[in-house]
Parts: sequence; structure tokens; C-alpha cells
Amino acid sequence: MTTTKAPAAGRKDGPNEFGYREFSLGEFRFSRDEYFAYVTWPTGRHVMSVDAFLRALQRDVAWEFFYGIVNFDGVLGTVNHYGTVDLFAGRYNDAYRKAELDHVENIDTPVIRELFAEMLDDWTNAGFDPFASPQETGSAFGNKHGQNTAAVTRHRVTAKRMVSLPGDEPLRDDANGHPVNRMFADVTQDEPEVYPEPGFEAEVGSFNLFSYLARSQVTWNPSVVSVCRDSLYCPTTEEYILPIIHGNDRAEWFVQLSDEIIWDVEDRDTGRKRAKVVMKAGDVAAMPSDIRHQGYSPKRSMLLVWENASLKIPQLISSGQFPTQPVEF
Amino acid sequence: MTYVTRLASLDDYEKGGVEVIDDDPKNYAFSNIFEVASHAKPFEQIAVGKNFEYVLEVVRVEGVSGWRGCSHDQSALVLDGEVEFTLRTLNATESLPPNGSVGVADEAIGAAMGRVVARRGHLTLLPAGRAYRYGSGRPAVLLIQTAAGVDTLYRWAEICQTA
Repeated sequence: MTTTKAPAAGRKDGPNEFGYREFSLGEFRFSRDEYFAYVTWPTGRHVMSVDAFLRALQRDVAWEFFYGIVNFDGVLGTVNHYGTVDLFAGRYNDAYRKAELDHVENIDTPVIRELFAEMLDDWTNAGFDPFASPQETGSAFGNKHGQNTAAVTRHRVTAKRMVSLPGDEPLRDDANGHPVNRMFADVTQDEPEVYPEPGFEAEVGSFNLFSYLARSQVTWNPSVVSVCRDSLYCPTTEEYILPIIHGNDRAEWFVQLSDEIIWDVEDRDTGRKRAKVVMKAGDVAAMPSDIRHQGYSPKRSMLLVWENASLKIPQLISSGQFPTQPVEF
Repeated sequence: MTYVTRLASLDDYEKGGVEVIDDDPKNYAFSNIFEVASHAKPFEQIAVGKNFEYVLEVVRVEGVSGWRGCSHDQSALVLDGEVEFTLRTLNATESLPPNGSVGVADEAIGAAMGRVVARRGHLTLLPAGRAYRYGSGRPAVLLIQTAAGVDTLYRWAEICQTA
């Protein structure tokens, strides 16, 4: 494996013959044409369908590199070190590692965040929304035509205490641009009955989470709706395929609120297949910290992703002080 | 096309599962909220998720609970039925442990703060440092976001897929 520390800023060139700019981060080079995204590094090259690349890139940008590893596919991805980010090719692929063709660069978070955001904006054409399900958006392909900056720079919901409380993230409704999604037309829209005594309006609060999720414009985008210190409720609506393969640096939990998701689970470091986890409404499952997972949702479904955001956890697990599975019995 | 959103309830749920390729299903602590609640006594707080000091507790609500308090925020998601939450202040002398909820004596209960009537899909704040109780005329199910406390029950071997 080759490892380098990337310079303090990325580089942008172009536009190329297809109208798209080309980007460099350290020794990684990114370019696209009508159909594909191309990535090169000193010991290799990779090609991805550009729609899949942009869907993965959108999540990496929107989630600020998330927890642990965001694999774009079986070769390319990032690792969040919460201040810096590893950009890698082949690091978590058994064949690349054994052949010593993998490459990693450690980059300051603001640098890679800025370059990835610019690449996402430049490479996303008018009519394509990387956050939408395939049936809800246009094509990512072709020569450069227009932009969709509004889609790739959406506000990410991050409640401080709970959605709907005074001063916190607001509810969604038709008036603020959040109609009920076509696949959730049968979800009840009634609100709870809330009767605070005078002076206690900030503490007596409740909202229809299912209605809130039914009005989400995006897919596969965990967003904080409820906070209990480091315990975060991050529900999301899922349709088609999770655009990334998530490798944990901590355990996370899934609570299937509606419908069904089928999860492919692999070893986090090698990609060895480990299990399929089929979740139906009411099911609860842990995703341990030594796996990576990718989900398939045939109908838009509601998933409650439960995270522990403590920054102490990755080191506790990687050092062996805590096991990779969250409960032992 | 008309889409049907499949929710579940105490009377109607279907469990998925772990299909092992090269693994131990216990690694996933796979359970089902409605299955857990269907075997639970009213107001037991059964952990279905744990992440260091934090837990997810399933509670079968049937009748009215005793008063409880917690030093930190909690949330309660109704997954079946209708639940009424009643909130009151706590007297200043009442001390609460750092993690998890505990029962509080009637003498510690203070002024009325309000109430919430919540149904399936509704998420309700149980605010830090306050007293609350919940009740339902027919069996209902709550999922509570909280920290592990003295009343949290662990039944992993009973509720989780092991083979």
C-alpha cells in the first residue's frame, strides 16, 4: 500500500471536451465523460457508472464523511478521522491489498469537503438529483448541461433536541415544499394532541414522525430528529439501493419502521460475504463495527437509524477495549 | 399504481431474520419489537438495542404507569395503539441518577406541565428533570430512547435470533 499526506488544497482543471471540470487531490485524479467517472492513482485506475458515483459522492458530502468508512463501491471510498479524511482506492479490497496496489491519502477535512462539493456541483446536470430514487429523477448521463445546485446543497436536518420544539427543526408540510411522497400516500397525517400548561410549551412536545418521514424529499439520508446526549435518532426513507457501502467504526442499530429492507453484509476490511439481514416492520438489528452493509428497499420504506455519536468509540473498539458487537449473550 | 405502506402491530407482524453465509446471527442481536411486547408484562422496560450506555427500551403500555423521572431527555415513539403522557414538575429535593429513568414517589410530584395524546408514529419528548407517566386503555407499544438504568431489563437470549 502507498500512503501519502495530500497537499493543503485540491486542484481543478478544465472543462474537458464533454464540458466537465477535472479534479485532483494529492495523487488522485477525477474526471468524467458522458457515462463514466474515472479515478486514477499512482498504482491503478477505476471506472464507475457516473450515476452511481454521484449518488455516493452526494452522501459523502451531505454526511460530512459520516461515521467510519463510506465505500463508493468495492474499491473507492473515504474514512472519517473527524478532522482529517482518508481517501482510498483498494484499501478495503482483499485483492488490491494482497497485490499492494491500494493507495491512501490523508487529507484535511475542509480541503476534501470543498473539492468534493465542487465536483458534485459541476458534475450534476440539470434534471438529475443524486438524492432521489431512480424513478423520481432524470438522467445523470450526457455532456454537461446545466446544474442542479439546489439539489446537491440541501439543508440537512440536525435537531438539537427534537423536531417540532420551539427553536428546533420545523415540521414538514405542503406549504414549505414537502408534499407526501407518492409511495407514502396512505400514511396517516394526523398530529398528536399536545396540551402544554402555560410556560411549558418548550418541554411538552410531540410530532407525527411517520408523517414527517413520508414528506422527505430524499432517500438514504439519516438525519437527526431526536437527541438523548450522544444517542441520536437518525431516521431516513429508503428506496432502491443504498448508494454507498457503509463500513462502521462503531456499532449502529436499525429499527425497521415500515415495509422491508434486505441488507447485504460483508466483512468491513476484506469484503468477505457474511450474511443477509432481512428486516420487516418492527424488526431491530445491530450492525457491528467489523462489517460493512448495503441495503435494498423495493418500496420506499421508513428506517430508524440509531447512532451513538461519541468520539471516544472508534479508539475504544480499534484498541480492543470494547468488542465489535454491541451486545454479547 | 397504488402503494401500500406495511406497518406492523401487536396483532399483525411478520419477522424477518439473519440469513447466515459465514457469520454468527448473535452478532446482530436481531429481534422484533412486537414479538417482545407481546410476551412482556405491562410497563417492563425491555432493551432491544444497546450502544454503550444508551438503550432502546420496548414498553407494553396497558393501564396507567407509576410516576417516573429521568435526569436526561428521553423520547417515546408509539408503535401501536394510543398512549396518553402526563407531565409534571419534580420537587427540588428529588435526586435522579445520571443514567436512565427511575420510579418517583407521589410526594415528589409537583405542578402540572401538560399532557400529550399520541398514536402510532408519534414521537414524544420526555423532558429531563421532570416527572411523567403514561397510560393506555388497550395494549399499546412504546419504543423509548434513553440510557440504561436500574429498571432496564436485558433478555437478549430470549428475544434475539440465535441460530
